[in-house]
Amino acid sequence: MEEAKIRKVDAIVIGGSAGSLEVILAIVAALPASTKTIIIIIVHRKNDAESLLENLIKSRTSLRVREVEDKDPLRYSTIYIAPPDYHLLFESRKEFSLDMTAKVQYSRPSIDVSFESAATIFKDSLAGLLLSGANADGTAGLISIASNGGIVLVQDPSSAEVDYMPQHALANAKVDFVVTANDLPAFIASICK
Amino acid sequence: MRGLNKHIIGDEELEQLLNELFLTHGYDFTNYAQASLRRRVNRLFIVDRISSFAELFYKVKTDKHYVTHLVEELTVNVTEMFRDPHVYKILREKIIPVLATHPVIRIWHAGCSTGEEVYSMAILLDEANLLHKSLLYATDVNPSVIENIRKGVFPLHHMKQYSENYIQSGGKRDFSSYYTAKYDWAIFDQKFKARMIPATHNLVSDRSFNEFQVIFCRNVLIYFDKDLQNKVLDLFDESLEKLGYLVLGSKENIRFSPIVSKYGQTDPHEKIWRKLKSEK
Ligand SMILES: C[S@@+](CC[C@H](N)C(=O)[O-])C[C@H]1O[C@@H](n2cnc3c(N)ncnc32)[C@H](O)[C@@H]1O
Repeated sequence: MEEAKIRKVDAIVIGGSAGSLEVILAIVAALPASTKTIIIIIVHRKNDAESLLENLIKSRTSLRVREVEDKDPLRYSTIYIAPPDYHLLFESRKEFSLDMTAKVQYSRPSIDVSFESAATIFKDSLAGLLLSGANADGTAGLISIASNGGIVLVQDPSSAEVDYMPQHALANAKVDFVVTANDLPAFIASICK
Repeated sequence: MRGLNKHIIGDEELEQLLNELFLTHGYDFTNYAQASLRRRVNRLFIVDRISSFAELFYKVKTDKHYVTHLVEELTVNVTEMFRDPHVYKILREKIIPVLATHPVIRIWHAGCSTGEEVYSMAILLDEANLLHKSLLYATDVNPSVIENIRKGVFPLHHMKQYSENYIQSGGKRDFSSYYTAKYDWAIFDQKFKARMIPATHNLVSDRSFNEFQVIFCRNVLIYFDKDLQNKVLDLFDESLEKLGYLVLGSKENIRFSPIVSKYGQTDPHEKIWRKLKSEK
């Protein structure tokens, strides 16, 4: 864990599952209104027609919030949410795309799929954060982010509601920073442009 | 770890593969959205235990059966009955009553995969007593999925989920009354397929073949880049009657296409557009 790794990035992908909602809301609430960095949130959830997650996040931030639709452009100062029941991919630094292929790690959206895609597009200007959850999704994605030069962050399992997902990542991936739930909001804000 | 020893196809390799598929076999994937296409090609190395690009390329050049398999892998055939029940609720409540006024109802399901969407619509039409005067054109680029529509047979273990979707779409009957269970299969009532016209049709290269009151094209455009999306939306525009409906997947949109000016969205939350004008 070298200090040198701390730097500001263009995009941050955040993956979470069971028990991750409170942390996500705390993180978005702490982002300054001047934040430029693109935040992309991938959480496992039921297919709800009412965009509950989008509305919850909107209630905590003044940044733009958008549940992604196919071929949406990426914009600075925006928080994007992966839509339920699709995998979220990056065509380029400027364009999203969606994919309805089979579930990965029992999940669609899968954190691995989005992390791997983001890693190949954003390279070292990316940070990936894996939060609380009860499955192994996200670990392969973090490995991919690491091998493309990005920053790898994992929620401290002892501070996670469900520690399996961060634990699994720590056991298998090269992780740059392990951060407690309490410290995450400030940490994420500090690597945002 | 899974993430490490994957083969990742390079840009030039992908181009070479797509060229070969087109020049030798006539399948044109060049305007498919790259990120998803890449994922599926990379997956081939794992599921088919292929160790190098040269090996993959050789198989594509020499093995017809492998090409059939590859096309199946590259075209994503995941589907469901009454997927997004709220869409079928709108069809039931708002659109089918409008269709009822036509002497013949022509519907096109473009990229319908194994037919779950077509059977869902046929059930709605049946419940409105309109099935006898409806024709459902069911097309897909992948010939093997078309075969399934002709059979009308679906895995039994999905029926619980489909029945829940059906009820959420406003269905009042017992969903199991539409099929007979045999071993692991649900065999759907013959009356449905009697009104279906299954055919292979490639949205990239084939033309408009009729005029319709409704065109479904759900979760197909996501696999295309914007240029191809626009081309296909023009094809739909050409194939849709005035006041006809275009039904896309819940995360797809016509807003990047020039046809948008001729269409009105029926409900701000639903991806259903109505053709208001015939001329540009
Ligand atoms: C994910 S499925 C969608 C099935 C169904 N419409 C649904 O939403 O549940 C996508 C389908 O598009 C078909 N497809 C892909 N490229 C196509 C093309 N060029 N022309 C026609 N169909 C195509 C695939 O074969 C596949 O069956």
